[in-house]
Amino acid sequence: MTKLATTKQITLSHIDKTYIVGEKPLHVLNDINLSIEAGEYISIMGPSGSGKSTLLNMIGLLDRVDNGSLVLEHTETSSLTEEQRAKLRRNSLGFIFQNFQLISRLTALENAELPLVLAGIDGSKRSKIVTKLFESLGLADRLQHLPKQLSGGQLQRVAIARAMVMSPKILLADEPTGNLDQKSGKEVVHVLEKLNLQGITLIMVTHDHELGARANRQLKMVDGVIVSDTSTCHEKGTKNEVA
Amino acid sequence: MKWRDSWRFSAQVLLRHKARTALLSFAVAIGVCSVLLLTSVGEGARHYVSKEFASLGSDVLIILPGKKETSGGSIPFYSTTPRDLTIQDAQAIKHLSSVKSVAPVILGTALVSHKNKSREVITIGSTQGFLHVRNLTLSHGRGFSQKSADLAESICIIGAQLKDDLFGRDKAMGQWLKIADRRYRVVGILEKRGESLGLDMSDMVIIPIRSAESLFNSPALFRILVGLKPLQDELVTQQRILSLIKKRHDDEEDITIISQNAMMSSFDKISNFLTIAIGVIASISLVVAGFLIMNVSYISVSKRQQEIGLLKAIGATANEVRIIFLTESALLICLGVCLGLTAGYTLTALFNQFIASFVLIIPWWAALASGLMSFIIGLLFTWLPAAKAASQDPVSAMRGN
Ligand SMILES: Nc1ncnc2c1ncn2[C@@H]1O[C@H](COP(=O)(O)OP(=O)(O)OP(=O)(O)O)[C@@H](O)[C@H]1O
Ligand SMILES: [Mg+2]
Repeated sequence: MTKLATTKQITLSHIDKTYIVGEKPLHVLNDINLSIEAGEYISIMGPSGSGKSTLLNMIGLLDRVDNGSLVLEHTETSSLTEEQRAKLRRNSLGFIFQNFQLISRLTALENAELPLVLAGIDGSKRSKIVTKLFESLGLADRLQHLPKQLSGGQLQRVAIARAMVMSPKILLADEPTGNLDQKSGKEVVHVLEKLNLQGITLIMVTHDHELGARANRQLKMVDGVIVSDTSTCHEKGTKNEVA
Repeated sequence: MKWRDSWRFSAQVLLRHKARTALLSFAVAIGVCSVLLLTSVGEGARHYVSKEFASLGSDVLIILPGKKETSGGSIPFYSTTPRDLTIQDAQAIKHLSSVKSVAPVILGTALVSHKNKSREVITIGSTQGFLHVRNLTLSHGRGFSQKSADLAESICIIGAQLKDDLFGRDKAMGQWLKIADRRYRVVGILEKRGESLGLDMSDMVIIPIRSAESLFNSPALFRILVGLKPLQDELVTQQRILSLIKKRHDDEEDITIISQNAMMSSFDKISNFLTIAIGVIASISLVVAGFLIMNVSYISVSKRQQEIGLLKAIGATANEVRIIFLTESALLICLGVCLGLTAGYTLTALFNQFIASFVLIIPWWAALASGLMSFIIGLLFTWLPAAKAASQDPVSAMRGN
C-alpha cells in the first residue's frame, strides 16, 4: 500500500467506468474528478441511470474503476488486492442501502454486529458496542427483533447501526430514504446528519431535492459526468458553480 | 471471523431450513449407516468362523495320508497310491520335542443303541489326546487312560446330545451301550457345545483307537491330529514330521500336512478383504449424498446472492465467504455422521439382542472411515458451490442476479 501525503480524504482523478452491454460499450462514468475532505456532507443527485450509484460503489470499493486513480484515506486503491479492498471496506467504510440489506433470519442485534463478527471481535464486546449504538438510535428495545418485526424506519436504523459498529470514517448511503415514508425518511436523515456532525464524512445519493439541498455540498450528475458541484455554507449561502 | 462465530452463523442457516437440513443429513446418515451395517455383517461372519477355528484348537497340525500336489497343475491330485498312516506313525510323531499331544483318528459310522433306542452315529476311534487337541472337555467322567487305549478296552465317551437321546434323564456314566454288536461302558460325557465347522461333536461317540481298529477291522488311520507345544515354530515342526514319516514310509513323501493356523490366517485375510470391499461398495451411497449436497449447495448459493453480496460489501473476504459455506456443509455432515453412527450402532445392537446365533460387529475402521469419507466427500462437493459464492461481485450479488 502506498500512503500519499494529502489533506483530502478521498480523491478521484480521471475516473472512467464502461460496461459492455451486448456489443455496445456503455460509458457510465466519464473522467470524474472529485476530492472530498474529512467530515464533508455531500449529496449526489441526478436522473436515473446517470451513474450515481456507480460512482458511490467506486468510492466504496465495491466496484473497480477502469481508468484513473482513487485515493482513499491516503491509500491508492487501484493496486490493492481484493482481500485488501475487503479489509478497507470493513474498517474504513460504512454502507447504507435503499433496501436495507438485512439478513432475515438474524435478529437486529445479529445483523448489526456482522462486521464485528467478520473482524473477529468477541461476543461480549460486540453486544456492548451494538447496544450503545441502538440506544443512541432509539432502538434499545429492538435488539432481539427479527427484521420482519420491524418498521422500515427501524430497519434502516438497524442498517445504520451495522454501518457504524466499526466506527468508519466515511458513510456511503445510496438512497437511504428511498423505501421509507416521509416521516421515517426524515428521522433517518436526522440520524445520518447527527453522525456527520460528530465528524464522519457522509456521502448520500438521493432523488429527493429537499433532502439533497440539506447537504453542505451538492453534486449533480448527468450521463456519467458531474455537471455541478455546489457548496452551501449554511450561514452565508454562497454557491460555486462548476461547468 | 472466529471459528465459534462461523459455526454459529452456519447453525442458524441450518436451523432456518430445517427440512433441507434434515433431508441432507439423512442422506449422509443413510450412507454411513449402510457402510456400518454391511461391514458389520462381514466382520460378524469373520468372527464367527474364527471362533469356530479357535474352538478346534489352535496350534494344530492335521496329517492326511497321501501327497497333495498343488504345484504345476491346477487340479490337485495324488501322485502315488498312499501308504496308510498307522498308529505307530502317530506314536513316532509323539516323540518329537515340539509336539504336545497326538491324536490318531479312525472314523466311521456305527449303529449305537441302548435298551430299545438306537441311532446311526459317527464313531471316532482315538486317544485321550483327541480331547486335548480338539479342545474338548468332559462334563462327566475322566475319559481314557493311557492303558485303556493300548488295550482296546470296551469303553466310550459320548456327546451330550447322544447321551440325551439314548439315556434321557437317566444316569449314563458307567452304563453300557452297544456299538454295532459290541458292548461299551460309558466313561465320559462331552460338555455341551455348538456345532463346530459342520461336525456336531455332541452327536458322536469316541472309543479307544485300538477298539476302533478292531470294530472297523482296519488299522488305517483317517488322519493324525498333532497339538504343538506353545511358541513352537510350526514350519520347522512340519518339516520334522515330514522327514520322520518319510523315513518310516520307505523314503516316500506320502502325507499332507495342513496347518490350522495357516488356514485360519488365510481365511482371515480373505474375509477382511471381502469386508473392506463390501464397505467400499456401501460407500457409494456416501458419494450419492455428496452429489445431493453439491446440488443443494448450488441452489443455496444462488438463493442467497443478496446475503453474499452484503457480506462482501461489509468487508467479508472471498475466503471468509468460502469458509462460511464450507462450514455449513461440515456442520451438516457432522449431523449426518452422528445420526448414521447412532443408527448403525443401535440397529446392530438391536439385531444382536434378538438374534443370538449370529453377532453383527461393526469394525472400528468402518466407523472411522465412513465418518472421514463423509467429511472429505462433503467438503469436496461443496468446494465448487462455495468457490462460486466466494467469487461473487458484491454489487450485482446484492441486486440479486
Ligand atoms: N453491471 C452492470 N452492467 C451493465 N450496465 C450497468 C451495470 N451497472 C450499472 N449499469 C448501467 O450503468 C448506468 C448507471 O447506473 P447507476 O446504477 O449508477 O445509475 P443511478 O444513477 O444510480 O440510477 P438510479 O437513480 O436509477 O439508481 C445505467 O445505465 C445502468 O444500466
Ligand atoms: Mg442508483
